[in-house]
Amino acid sequence: MLSIRNLHAAIDGKAILKGINLDIRPGEVHAIMGPNGSGKSTLAAVLSGRADFEVTDGTVDFLGKNILELSPEDRAGEGIFLAFQYPVEIPGLTTTNFIKTAVNEVRKYRGEAPLDAVQFLKIMKEKMALMNMDQSLLSRPLNEGFSGGEKKRNEIFQMAMLQPKLAILDETDSGLDIDAIRTVSNGVNTLRNKENAVLVVTHYQRLLDYIVPDFVHVLYNGRIVKSGTKELAFVLEERGYDFIKNAVNEGQEA
Amino acid sequence: MLLTKDRKLKSKINTMNTIENIKEQYQQLQSANGSSALTSIEQKAFTAFSNMGIPTVKHEEWKYTRISSLFNKDFQFAPGRLASSFSKSDFDALHLPGFENANEIVFVNGVYNEALSLIRSAAISVITLEEASKNEHSTIVSTHLGHSSQYNKDGIHALNTAFVKEGIFLHVAKGKVTEHPVYIYHVTDARVSNILSQPRTLVYVGEAAQVQLVETFITLGNSESFTNQVMEVVVEQDAVVENYIIQNDAAHSHHVTTTHFRQIGKSVVHTVTITLNGGIVRNNLDMVMEADRCEANLFGLYFLKGTTHVDNHTIVDNVNPNCLSNELYKGIINDQGTAVFNGKIYVRQKAQKTNAFQSNKNILLSDHATVNTKPQLEIFADDVKCSHGCTVGQLDEEGLFYLRSRGISFDKARSLLIHAFAKDVLEHIKPVAIRAYVEQLICERLELN
Repeated sequence: MLSIRNLHAAIDGKAILKGINLDIRPGEVHAIMGPNGSGKSTLAAVLSGRADFEVTDGTVDFLGKNILELSPEDRAGEGIFLAFQYPVEIPGLTTTNFIKTAVNEVRKYRGEAPLDAVQFLKIMKEKMALMNMDQSLLSRPLNEGFSGGEKKRNEIFQMAMLQPKLAILDETDSGLDIDAIRTVSNGVNTLRNKENAVLVVTHYQRLLDYIVPDFVHVLYNGRIVKSGTKELAFVLEERGYDFIKNAVNEGQEA
Repeated sequence: MLLTKDRKLKSKINTMNTIENIKEQYQQLQSANGSSALTSIEQKAFTAFSNMGIPTVKHEEWKYTRISSLFNKDFQFAPGRLASSFSKSDFDALHLPGFENANEIVFVNGVYNEALSLIRSAAISVITLEEASKNEHSTIVSTHLGHSSQYNKDGIHALNTAFVKEGIFLHVAKGKVTEHPVYIYHVTDARVSNILSQPRTLVYVGEAAQVQLVETFITLGNSESFTNQVMEVVVEQDAVVENYIIQNDAAHSHHVTTTHFRQIGKSVVHTVTITLNGGIVRNNLDMVMEADRCEANLFGLYFLKGTTHVDNHTIVDNVNPNCLSNELYKGIINDQGTAVFNGKIYVRQKAQKTNAFQSNKNILLSDHATVNTKPQLEIFADDVKCSHGCTVGQLDEEGLFYLRSRGISFDKARSLLIHAFAKDVLEHIKPVAIRAYVEQLICERLELN
């Protein structure tokens, strides 16, 4: 589904990603872990098409298309979804208007007819119930005055509405209490199926208790330096990232 | 070389034409009307106009707005009579939404057209200023007419006042809530030639009365129009006045609009000024808070394209204590549009416990768009709360990316963000039909539906 080869990316001329290789197949959950500044969020941003980063080398193939040539909106149309670490507040734009526009734009991209008001409302209510979201949030301006938990739930709610093939969760657990982590994880797990995949970007292992990965990759200094199964996350939790850093810096495989 | 000389000569002759035409009209009207209570106001103003002339960019208050060159063109000016062929069927196509339920006042080329106007509310009466200066309203007229000259010391303002007899007096009876808004149409019929028009209105809102005023400007035809309008509004104790100015006129129409509020009793004034299209547009808005505990809201939105120039000059004058003013002007400037915001707040020595807030926020959508913004606070009292701030920037990149990452196209994301930016001004337009109308104009511009 997703095939990343030798991906290099830079910001303001400074190299951040230095040759990432990663394959994700339908139905899989991958976790990208790593210390601060290792390039985790950059990878998420590059995949979703954020303009701040310049891809200097490599390819990203998503379902047979080179997505690096696509605009962010076309990537969303193709089925890539990024749950933001810091969802943006937009005063003056209601959540309903936003999500309705997004759903219908994505449907248009996929050659589907727009949802009428009744269908839209029905689906929306269903997905809100899934995320345990208060209806009143819909008429409020997008993310404005939302608590940290409400913002993250709103991200997964959007994911539920857009039904992506690949969901990238960028530090979705940051700033969340344990109840909110449960709700968010429950939402993600309910949306999982054999056709779609999830890429979880996180600093801590705790989110992976709830969204259980098939594979864990450790990113350090712009490269994936170690890959394994979910047990690797426990090792990292116990030993921290230092043993990996040291191993890399000593020039050997960790 | 020769050509240049020729041009200079020609422009000089044309300047003479418009200015000479104004002088001729003045002389004619003075002798035709004879002497009355308003004669001295006109004469004083005409002398002021003759001395000061049309303000140039050397005038501090006109630094960024060049209207003097417009007077190099030939404008027809006929203040004393209805000289246009503008008819009822012409007007039928121009009504604002909700007109079926509104009072309508129509000016054509600056002259009140009684036949096309319709007053539905018993509390409202409209007569000429000349008439009002002679009947039971004469004290109101003599006390308040021309008060705005103290705040607008320039020749273009004096020019309007020199023809004040042709203006109207709008009276809102005390204690009455007028459920029908008052729509004021400033029609300029430029189908045949360039037209200069000068509407003039004195509004008196009696004690505990409430009224909504909606002003709009329409230029017909392809010739240029120049509307130099003055409206003075006297607000009595416990009155509530809302004033909405909708400017979506042709790109070859120019406007100097002066709206001067005098809150002589504890009262509430609420204004929203919307500029979407025009040539050179200057809006003067004065809020003179003469009584204790007055409240005023001043909102504005300009959304410019092409080469439209809009200059909003506002004055909030806190004369007495405990007044509250809240001002928010927002601008979106595209293409080669230029915007000026100049917001003055005076707090006189006596005006303790003043609360005065001001904010001007701008978004530039093009590399050729310009904005000049200047807050100006002069505070002579020591126990006051005043704030001001201005911002000029581009659309929020982060917001744009957020929307696009959800599949919303660049153009639509941009439109949604612009609309969102405008919203906190638009929501202050209280008459539902008018708010929907302005929303519609903005959504059309943004291709949002």
